[in-house]
Amino acid sequence: MRFLFQGAAITTMVISALILFVLARGTLSFLVQIDWDISKLSDTGWFPRRERFDLRTIIVGSVIMGSVAMLVAVPLGLGVAIYLSEYARPGVRRVLKPIIEVLAGVPSVIVGYFVLRFIAPDLVASIFQPTNVRNMLAAGIGIGILVIPIMASVSEDALRAVPDSLREASYGVGARKITTVTKVVIPAAVSGLVAAFIIAISRAIGETMVATMAGGFDGSGPFTGYSPLESGLTMTAAMTNAVGGTDQDVGGASFEVLYFVGMFLFLITIILNVLGDRLVKRIRHQY
Amino acid sequence: MSNVSERIELLEHGVDMSDALRTIGTPAVAETGESASEVVFDLRQLSVFYGDFRAVRDGTLEIRDHEITAFIGPSGCGKTTMLRCINRMNDFIPTARVEGQVLYHGVDLYDPAVNSTEVRRRIGMVFQKPNPFPKSIYDNVAYGPRLLGVKKRSQLDEVVERSLKGAALWDEVKDRLKESGLGLSGGQQQRLCIARAIAVEPDVILMDEPCSALDPIATGRIEELMAEMKDDYTIVIVTHNMQQAARVSDRTAFFTTEVNPESDRRTGILVEYDRTDKMFSNPTDQRTEDYVTGRFG
Amino acid sequence: MGLMTPSRAGETAAETVRAGITKKDRDVAGMVMLIALLFAMILTLLALFALLAQVVSESASLLADRGLDFVTSPIGSDPDKIGIWSGLFGTVVIGVMVLVVAIPMGVAAAIYLEEYAHQDNRLTRTIMVNIRNLAGVPAVIYGVLGFIIFTQWLSPVTGGKSAIAAGLTMAVLVLPIVVITSMEAIRAVPSGLRDAGYGIGASRWETIRDHVLPYAAPGILTGTVLSIARALGEAAPLIIIGAVTGLLPETSLTGFFSAVPILIYQWTGRSQPPNSEFSFTESAAAAGLVLLIIVFLFNAAAIYLRNRFERKRAGQ
Repeated sequence: MRFLFQGAAITTMVISALILFVLARGTLSFLVQIDWDISKLSDTGWFPRRERFDLRTIIVGSVIMGSVAMLVAVPLGLGVAIYLSEYARPGVRRVLKPIIEVLAGVPSVIVGYFVLRFIAPDLVASIFQPTNVRNMLAAGIGIGILVIPIMASVSEDALRAVPDSLREASYGVGARKITTVTKVVIPAAVSGLVAAFIIAISRAIGETMVATMAGGFDGSGPFTGYSPLESGLTMTAAMTNAVGGTDQDVGGASFEVLYFVGMFLFLITIILNVLGDRLVKRIRHQY
Repeated sequence: MSNVSERIELLEHGVDMSDALRTIGTPAVAETGESASEVVFDLRQLSVFYGDFRAVRDGTLEIRDHEITAFIGPSGCGKTTMLRCINRMNDFIPTARVEGQVLYHGVDLYDPAVNSTEVRRRIGMVFQKPNPFPKSIYDNVAYGPRLLGVKKRSQLDEVVERSLKGAALWDEVKDRLKESGLGLSGGQQQRLCIARAIAVEPDVILMDEPCSALDPIATGRIEELMAEMKDDYTIVIVTHNMQQAARVSDRTAFFTTEVNPESDRRTGILVEYDRTDKMFSNPTDQRTEDYVTGRFG
Repeated sequence: MGLMTPSRAGETAAETVRAGITKKDRDVAGMVMLIALLFAMILTLLALFALLAQVVSESASLLADRGLDFVTSPIGSDPDKIGIWSGLFGTVVIGVMVLVVAIPMGVAAAIYLEEYAHQDNRLTRTIMVNIRNLAGVPAVIYGVLGFIIFTQWLSPVTGGKSAIAAGLTMAVLVLPIVVITSMEAIRAVPSGLRDAGYGIGASRWETIRDHVLPYAAPGILTGTVLSIARALGEAAPLIIIGAVTGLLPETSLTGFFSAVPILIYQWTGRSQPPNSEFSFTESAAAAGLVLLIIVFLFNAAAIYLRNRFERKRAGQ
């Protein structure tokens, strides 16, 4: 029996190897397709069919949308975590936690739908004057909403891992609740909170559906600058755009850029995840 | 004054004056003019409930200034619960409820007008397992003073040094104040917690089994420290080690449990409270005698 | 009493104390903090409710009008006639494949890592790190993997861009999650239980089969349910594999496929033909409602199971 189980475990290693292989082979193929001409990677915009693959466009897109997402998810997620961990009564917590988990279960397509039908037209467009109704701000807010639960959950774990004896020590010396929370609990939980932050960023950057549906690019477009009120293309949306439709199975560069961007995305998220993982381990070891 | 010296004389001659000195069930009336000490805490008919369950009932005793008072008894008898009433630490347990009075210099601590944070500033606490903050030694001790608005570096330095000296820790750590408090040994950590507690200049220090997590040598040092601290503070200590109580305390309160006939659960009660030498040599209640002679508990 | 407690001349101790501890404490910072936290909590809840409200309100009239017909119709170009049937088929196939492929493999891997492997072994640690990394890899990347492996390399078996290929891809995507949650469930089994098994001479596998697994079952089940819920909601990998976005005349295991999330993606924002009563977007909302109900049911089941699991642990 042992070997059966061991085989299953080894399979996970095989999966990683295959992912790397597929992405690497594809990247190579892509680079061959564009004749190793790196100038095509820093051009005026993202026009795959014309072999213009401005990396700046997709990187800026991912960064700005990700930043907007974090601006939403960090205050709200951290706020929810601190509230549930330090302030909410057990009965209240029992009701609120499952609701947050419900939010965690909402599929990202539906958030994409929500952005298109409400956040973009009724929220963003009515307050600001965006160039396009589908823009990085609206999409970013949607991604932020998607990321709140993971931010809240990992942060809450970090805060609850701080032993009660420290809180008692603080109260025992005559500190008020807010001082205890801000000067003792949060500093003690800091590595876990940073881990939550990193994991959340990783999720935000890896998010595809909202970025594709609401980012504003329809396969191609020029680089539109750094304003969140412009449309944007993320790495993930570039990948879905490369695929195009059921009939597209073209072996050209416009398709194979899928692997190239995929490799990039894969490496970035691996690095972020390793970092976050190391920090999470530290919470467990500290106490 | 004369009453007391008379009684002491009679005691020395072996006369049993226990009736006069016993305070069970009698709200202790402060003896005016008693030179021994002023009453700091006057606990009257104190009961603590967790929800419907009465954990300890009708505790009535006085704690005197500049003395070390020990609470002893078997586990579950409510001595820690009683202790934590004195600085309102039980407030943090949602189902906890208190009946009776805790008079501190005549002020009922459970009066709604009383600010519990201020109470805890004046009544410090040291816990069973040392719990220094994961901060530097300096920041651990400076935490309390900073709460009170002391900001100037020179003032903080002075308070930190004074407190660490008061906890007999200064010489060992004066060159490494920036190091983490968690890097100290168990006994040193506990003394750090004591320094932290005295940094806000409380007048009372409560200690909940402060030595139970420490080895005998560290325990001895803390007991020595307590004897020195008596001059500046009033100390109440909960201990399950009777010999410790006998060694360090001036007065001892013995608690035990009795079974509640209706609910079949055990409620803590105060059995006897008296000067330590009497509690251990010639206690009044049979239960006390059984406990201190090791027949049970 | 020194630096901290100034007392006015002539006051008795009692008076100083009384003045000190009945001091009114206007804890402004504390109030501000509490308000900010409540604000965060409320905004988050509002976002969820706004989302649900949007889905429900936009799908209400279509579902009221067409009801079951919506569930059983295939996709097409007339929003008054289309339905999610083709998508449901694909979604169900995906769910079944996750159940049949990912769960056994994931639990097996978890058993190996918790019961057989040496914890300090470098191989074990590498596998663990690798699994945690895989859990964080974006779904699109699994789509690329599935595209090559399942629709191309294994096309004789899967039939190319098919529901089976989609199911296998999603199984690979959730595998790390199954492993991690199963490991936690197995780790929670008290060692006394294992000792009892070994003590009467059972082999390692027998002990696992008869003692460890039954005890860990609720936890494993919870992880299973959560994984399936996750798999059913994903769309990005399916786009990469080549889910159909136009017409899908018939559903089959090895032919072209679709899934409910893909339908939502397709239909949202697509323009409404001039003569139809309902719009594609309303259909998207309706499909969204169906998907939400499915996912919520699974999550509710998982929460229920987890509560039972925790109560059992506490009770023993």
